[in-house]
Amino acid sequence: MTDIATYNFAYLDEQTKRMIRRAILKGIAIPGYQVPFASREMPMPYGWGTGGVQVTASIIGPDDVLKVIDQGADDTTNAVSIRAFFKKVANVAVTTDTASATIIQTRHRIPEHPLTAGQVLVYQVPIPEPLRFLEPRETETRKMHALEEYGLMHVKLYEDIAKHGRIATTYAYPVKVEGRYVMDPSPTPKFDNPKMHRSPALQLFGAGREKRIYAVPPFTEVVSLDFEDHPFEVQTFDQPCALCAAENVYLDEVILDDHGGHMFVCSDTDHCEKRRNAPTSPLWGGRAEGAGGGLDQSTLHSAPTPALRADPPHKGEGKEKQ
Amino acid sequence: MTDEPLLRVSALSKFYGSRVGCDNVSFDLWPGEVLAVVGESGSGKTTLLNCLSTRLLPSSGTASYRMRDGQFRELYRMSEAERRFLMRTDWGFVHQNPADGLRMTVSAGANVGERLMAVGDRHYGKIRATAVDWLSRVEIDEDRIDDEPRAFSGGMRQRLQIARNLVTGPRLVFMDEPTGGLDVSVQARLLDLLRGLVTDLGLAAIVVTHDLAVARLLSQRMMVMKDGRVVESGLTDRVLDDPRAPYTQLLVSSILQV
Repeated sequence: MTDIATYNFAYLDEQTKRMIRRAILKGIAIPGYQVPFASREMPMPYGWGTGGVQVTASIIGPDDVLKVIDQGADDTTNAVSIRAFFKKVANVAVTTDTASATIIQTRHRIPEHPLTAGQVLVYQVPIPEPLRFLEPRETETRKMHALEEYGLMHVKLYEDIAKHGRIATTYAYPVKVEGRYVMDPSPTPKFDNPKMHRSPALQLFGAGREKRIYAVPPFTEVVSLDFEDHPFEVQTFDQPCALCAAENVYLDEVILDDHGGHMFVCSDTDHCEKRRNAPTSPLWGGRAEGAGGGLDQSTLHSAPTPALRADPPHKGEGKEKQ
Repeated sequence: MTDEPLLRVSALSKFYGSRVGCDNVSFDLWPGEVLAVVGESGSGKTTLLNCLSTRLLPSSGTASYRMRDGQFRELYRMSEAERRFLMRTDWGFVHQNPADGLRMTVSAGANVGERLMAVGDRHYGKIRATAVDWLSRVEIDEDRIDDEPRAFSGGMRQRLQIARNLVTGPRLVFMDEPTGGLDVSVQARLLDLLRGLVTDLGLAAIVVTHDLAVARLLSQRMMVMKDGRVVESGLTDRVLDDPRAPYTQLLVSSILQV
């Protein structure tokens, strides 16, 4: 720790860290409750994870191992920058391996690898208030939380079913924590909601611009809201990951060319890489065939899918194929 | 039906600084009774209504409401949670401007269903069936259920607001100029509808209006207010046919004869 003298350990000054820790402790004591805190200016713009970074900076110690993911990926700008930031200002070990990380800062995903006791998942939250788009007044939403008036949340789900025939909310899907507070799980896909339920890991949520911190302690009930005749269900995918053949994981669509070619791959890059490097590992269900080396190259350039195209085919498109 | 009133109001006053909102108003309201509060603009009608519906806290005086268990509860001593619960279950409030009482950005069905969901209804099919039923009772076509109230005419919005308030089977409804801003034929239909619903459901209602015709059609009893005070009260027909206070006489004689 010789070259970090320019900054205090983990960038924030000790008073700020204490203030944030107090907010975190309060959040843990009242699961799902949004604790206001004096969010600081960070050396990055709002919307890039200022809340998550402040939470991480307040809980990180020299012995921690940090992993940062952005939409599940360890290698995108946001993830790489935040990892580099903490490496510089806290001199901590960083990793992309979910299992060996002690703190995982995440933007909008929960890793596929099950989290364990002792791990902390730090979410970057843009809009912490689940009722915000239904009730614009902060005074009113706080009152609604205080009095547990959550009928309005179901109005949103009702509207979904009335318009689309099913609950069409796919991310930031509202949950009820420990039977009391309705909480926005940040814009994670609802695919990840069940992972929050009774998770052995501590989950902390930081919203820098909105100046709110909230928390889900380990082994807390997290129930996704639904209707009796329209129960909560997660997304399913027709095909497995095109790279590692994983099933029952969250997939991202990757556009391959201008001709509509695309493939679906794991959004969790660490999970995907591990499967490809160790195709027979029992940890991943032991699918030897299809995974990693057995990749069929033809699936990478599948035919254009008309339904997925927003634009009409343009002039000269696909000419070079002829 | 019991011999006890639904609402007991005693010496209710509301001052805005040194100005009088309403002063020393007392009355009892019985179940199933419609009470009209009439008077010119600024006479304190709406202040009184807002105090009674706990949207405003009065400066002095009391109001007790007989809850469904038969016990009287002092409104201004209830916790906010209890008052708000009362407000969305046992009470209704029909605003003059429907935009104040509706959620303009969610569909008509969700507007009607909101109160049901607020009291814990979690079955989409049942909520929707109830919404369809209530829309038909207020003469809104079933195929408008997924339209936003923004796409509705003034009269339809007002009818939707009424459906939204009545869906939980309230016992007491507050109405602030329910026909204000509507043209006469729409007013007539709305009044007809209201009269039918009030009779069918046995609702008690307090209707604030400056329109004596509305008061005569809807209410059994009326109170005439001026400068925050009640100048005359009695059976509607008696007050309108045989006004005693000079101000009431002026009011009745000011009705434009067509």
